[in-house]
Amino acid sequence: MKPPPFVYHGPATLGEALDVLAEAGPGGKVLAGGQSLIPLLNMRLAAPAHIVDVNRVPGLEGIEAGPPGVRVGALARHAAVERSPGAAAAQPLLRQALRLVAHPVIRNRGTVVGSLVHADPAAEMPAVLALLGGSVRLASRGGEREVPAAEFFTGPMESALRPGELALSAFFPALPPRSGTAFHEVARRHGDYAVAGVAAAVTLDEDLRVAAARVACVSVGPVPVVLDVTAACGPRPAASIKWEAVAEAVRDRIDPEGDIHATADYRRHLAGVLAARALRDAASAARGEES
Amino acid sequence: MTTKLFGEPVRRREDGRLITGQGRYLDDLGEGALAAAFVRSPHAHARILDIDVSAALDVEGLVAIYTWEDLPGALAEPLPLLIPHPALTHGRTAYPLAREIVRHVGEPVVMVVARDRYLAEDACALIRVDYEILKPVVGIEEAVRGVHLVHEDVPGNVGAHLVQEVPGPGGVTARDAIAAAPHTLEFRLDIERSACMPLEGKGVYARWDADDGSLRVYSSTQTSTSVRMAIAAKLGLPLPKVEVVAPDVGGGFGVKIVHPWPEEVLVPWAARLLNREVKWAEDRREHFVSSSHERGQVQHVRVGFDDEGRVLGLDVEILHDHGAYTPYGIIVPIITSTQLLGPYKVGAYRVEFSSIYTNTVQVTPYRGAGRPQGVFCMERTMDRIAAHLGRDRTAVRAANFIQPDEFPYDQGMTFQDGRPLIYDSGDYPEALRLLKELIGWDSFPEEKARAAAEGRRIGIGVGCYVEGTGVGPYEGGHVQVTSDGRVHVSTGLTSQGQGHETVFAQIAATELGVPIEKVSVVTGDTRRFGYAVGTFASRAAVMSGNAIALACRKVREKALRIAAEALEADPRDLEITDGMVHVAGVPSASIPLATVAVLSNPLRYAFDEEARRATQFAGAASDDRPPVAEGEEPGLEGRDYYSPVRSTFAAGMHAAIVETDRDTAEIRILRYAVVHDCGKLINPMIVEGQIHGGVAQGVGGALYEKMAYDEHGQLLNASFMDFLMPYATEVPRIETAHLETPSPLNPLGIKGAGEAGVIPVSAVIAGAVEDAEDITIARMPISPSDLYALRQDR
Repeated sequence: MKPPPFVYHGPATLGEALDVLAEAGPGGKVLAGGQSLIPLLNMRLAAPAHIVDVNRVPGLEGIEAGPPGVRVGALARHAAVERSPGAAAAQPLLRQALRLVAHPVIRNRGTVVGSLVHADPAAEMPAVLALLGGSVRLASRGGEREVPAAEFFTGPMESALRPGELALSAFFPALPPRSGTAFHEVARRHGDYAVAGVAAAVTLDEDLRVAAARVACVSVGPVPVVLDVTAACGPRPAASIKWEAVAEAVRDRIDPEGDIHATADYRRHLAGVLAARALRDAASAARGEES
Repeated sequence: MTTKLFGEPVRRREDGRLITGQGRYLDDLGEGALAAAFVRSPHAHARILDIDVSAALDVEGLVAIYTWEDLPGALAEPLPLLIPHPALTHGRTAYPLAREIVRHVGEPVVMVVARDRYLAEDACALIRVDYEILKPVVGIEEAVRGVHLVHEDVPGNVGAHLVQEVPGPGGVTARDAIAAAPHTLEFRLDIERSACMPLEGKGVYARWDADDGSLRVYSSTQTSTSVRMAIAAKLGLPLPKVEVVAPDVGGGFGVKIVHPWPEEVLVPWAARLLNREVKWAEDRREHFVSSSHERGQVQHVRVGFDDEGRVLGLDVEILHDHGAYTPYGIIVPIITSTQLLGPYKVGAYRVEFSSIYTNTVQVTPYRGAGRPQGVFCMERTMDRIAAHLGRDRTAVRAANFIQPDEFPYDQGMTFQDGRPLIYDSGDYPEALRLLKELIGWDSFPEEKARAAAEGRRIGIGVGCYVEGTGVGPYEGGHVQVTSDGRVHVSTGLTSQGQGHETVFAQIAATELGVPIEKVSVVTGDTRRFGYAVGTFASRAAVMSGNAIALACRKVREKALRIAAEALEADPRDLEITDGMVHVAGVPSASIPLATVAVLSNPLRYAFDEEARRATQFAGAASDDRPPVAEGEEPGLEGRDYYSPVRSTFAAGMHAAIVETDRDTAEIRILRYAVVHDCGKLINPMIVEGQIHGGVAQGVGGALYEKMAYDEHGQLLNASFMDFLMPYATEVPRIETAHLETPSPLNPLGIKGAGEAGVIPVSAVIAGAVEDAEDITIARMPISPSDLYALRQDR
C-alpha cells in the first residue's frame, strides 16, 4: 500500500498551479485535503504522474456567505464550513449535511470542493449542490467557467472537470423565504458513507402550501438523484401532507443497485423512509418550527 | 506500599508507553533494512504458466526477486501442518511461494526485496505472471458438491470428517433419543466469516550476523519459541544460532499463532542469503487476503426434548469451511463440536463435522476459536425449544444446567488438547440469577409493552457459554532478583496487548513481597526464555501466571534460606514485605532482598559497593564449606514450569436489549450485560477490559462483519471501508458482574479470560432481534438490509 511514483508540485500561486496543471494534462491530479486521493494512491487505484498540491496557494480557503448564498473556496475544510455561522445562516443545509460527512478528523482535513470534484454518488456534498442547483467554478490557464451542478456530476466518481482545470470554488445558493431543508441518511456505522440518504428542500407559499419540494438522493444512482416532488405534495397545507405517500413518488423514480451492504429493494425502501423524514423536517423548518 | 497485589485493579503498566508512541512495534524496528514485498495471486484458483520479471529489473533500488524455483531444501517444501489429527485425512498446506498452483486470491507467488517498500511495490507491479484460470470453489454448498476440486487429490474437497457420539442414559444414541422424545425440532443455521483484524498486521524483520553465523528475527507473532524452531528447521540452522523476539505486538486474536507464515521463513532466508537486514510489514490489503479468516459454518440441528425443555438428544451436523489450506489442523471445528454443549447436560449427543476446502483464505482460530459458532447453535436451539413450548427462555436453559454439586463434570468427549472434556468447577444457576437481576429480565415484558405503546420495538436475548481455557502442554517462568533489588520476570509466551506486564508483575510482587515498581516482565523473547508454547486459548494467565508463581516460590524459599543464615534465624520465622526479609513481628531483624541477592552469588571481583559484600575477603561466608553449597546454584533466581493435567473451564452469560427501527430496520443495542466467571481474578480491571474488547468484536460478528466473496473467489470488501468493524459509536456500554468459582486445578485458582467476551454475542443479539421482531433468525450477522428482507418474507 505505497503509491506508485509521481512528481510532486507545490505551487505558491494560482497562476503557477494552473501552469503546472496545464503541462501535466491528464496525468495531473490536484491534492487539497487528500482524504480520498491518498487512499486511492496508496492502494494503487490511481496513478497520476503529477500531484499538484494547492495547499500553499493563497486565496482559496474563503467562505463567503451572503443573501444570494454561500461560495466555498477550494481549500475550505469541511469543518470550517460546518462551523461557519454565516454559512449556516445563509444555507442551513450545509451544516445539516456536513455533520453527516465521515468523522471530525476527516472533516478537519477534507474539503467541500474536493468532495464535489471526487463526485462520489454516496457522498453528501454533491447531493447538496445538486439539490440547491449550485455550481462549481473551474479555472484553467485559458480562463474560468462556472458549471451548474446538473452538468457537473457526469457519473460515479466522474465530473465535468477537464484535464488542466482546477476547481476554484463552489456556490451553494440560498433558498427563497419560507423555505426549509433537512438531510437524513442511514449509514452502517457512524460516519460511514450512507446506504441511502436524502436531502430535502421545501418552499411554502403565503398560505403555507407547498410551492416547491425537491429531494436529492445519495447512494441510489450513479450521480445524486434530484427529484421534484412538488406535484406529489398536492395543493394541501404542508401540515396536513402525508409525507409517506410523497415518499412513494421518490421510490417509484429511483433505480438503486444492490451491493454487499444492502439490496436494491432495501435501498429503495430506505430512500422512501428517509425522503418522508427529510421532507417532513424541511417543511417544519419552512414553517419556522424546530424539526 | 502494599505488596499484596493479586486481585487488585492495578493500572496497566504498559499503557503509558504504548499510548504515548513509545511502543516498539515491528515496523518501528530496523530502520534502513531492505524491504520485502510480494506479488500475490489475483486469482482464486489458477495454474502458473510463466513468471516474467524482466520489466522489474530496471527498477532502481531493486535487490532481489525470488520465486519457488529459488527456494532451497526444506524451504521448497510445503509449510508445516502444525496440529495433525487422525480425522484430518487430507491435510494440505501451502508452499512459502506458490508452486505451480495458486488456491486463493492473495497467495504469495513472487518475493521482491528492494531498498524500500515503495520500490519493492513498484517492482512487484512490473512482474508479469501468466495464469491458466482454473474453476474456483467458493462457498460451502459449492464445495461439498465436489464437482470442482481445490486440491486435485482431495476427493469431494473434504479435508477431515469426524463423528463424535456421547450416549445418553442407558446407552441410548442421540438419534434414538430424539426419535423417542416428546418434542423434536430440526433446522439449519448459518454463520458468516470474519477475521481477527489486529490493528497491527503481521511483520518480520531479520538480522543475519555473518561473523557469528547467527540469526536474530523479530516477528509480530503469538509464539516466538515455535517460530524459532520453525526457522531453524527450514533454514537448516542450529537452534542456538537462532533467536526470535516478539516486540510490542499490536493485537493478535489468533491469526499470529499460526506459524511459520511464508514471510517468517522467507525474510530470514533472504537476510542470510543477501547478508543484509530485511524487513516485511504486512499492509491491510495483504492481511485481508493472505492471513487467516474464521467462523464460516453451516449447521444442521436436530433436537429432542421433554415438556420442561430438557434436551434428551442433540444431533448436529457441521459443514466447516476451512479455506484453501489446513496449517492449524481441525482445531476450530473440534472446539465448535465440543464447546457447543456449554453449561448444559444434553442427554445423548451426536456431532459430525466435515471440514471443507474452498478457494478462499485459510481458516484458523480467531478469538473464540469455533466457540461462537457452537454457542450460536446451542443457544438458538434453547431459544427454539422455549418458543416451541411457550416457556421462558431462561427457564429452559436452567432446566438443562449442570448443577454446582455435579463438578467435576465429564461431558464424555475429547477436548482440543486431546484430554477428556471434564469441567473443573462452575456455578451456572447463580450466574443466570445474577444476569437476570443485572438486565432486569423478569420485568422486561412490561418494558417491552411500554415501548410498544410508544410505537417502538425492543427485544431481549440471552446466551450462555463455557470456555475451556488454559490448555497445555506447559509454560515456564524465570524469576531473578539482582543485587540492586530488582526482580526480573520472564516467560516464553508472547504478549499482544493483554496486560501481561501488569498481571505477571502483580503475581511476582505478591509472591515475593516486593513493590511492583521493582518488577519488570519480559515475554516472547527466546534470548530470555526458550521453552514455551504461545499465547492462545485464553491460556497466558493460567499457564505463565502459575509458572511464574511457582518460580517465585522457589526464589522466595532460597531467599529465606540465605536470609535466615545472615540473620541467624529460622527460615520458618521469616517473611518478606516491601522487599525486606525480616523476622515476623521483629521489623528490626531484617535484611534487604537486594543484599540477599548479593549474598547468593559468592564473588571474587567487586564491581560496586554491593558486590564488595560478597567477595571472598568480606568475611561473609563460613570457611569450612564451599562458597556455593552442594545442591545450590549461585544467584537468587528460580525457574519453574506449570503443566496442567487438563484445561480449566471458565463460563459466562450475556444478555442484551435491542431496538429495531420499524421503518429503517436499523438495529441498536440499548443495553448489554455480562456475568463472567474466570475463577480467581488477578486484576478485575484487566478482566473487564478483556470482556469489553471481546464484546466489541462480538458486536462486529453479530451486526457488521462478513467476508464478501464473489463467485470468482474475489474478496469484495478487502478494506476497512467495506469490511465493517464496529467503531466505539457502535459498541454499547457494557455492564458486568463477576462470579469467582476458583479452579481446583492450579495453584492460583484462576481460569482464562481473554476470549470470553466475544463468544455468545451473535447468539444473544439474534435472540434479542428475534424477540423484538417476532421473526426467526437462523443466520448471522444481520444487517438492516437483512432484517428488511426477513420482514418482507414474513
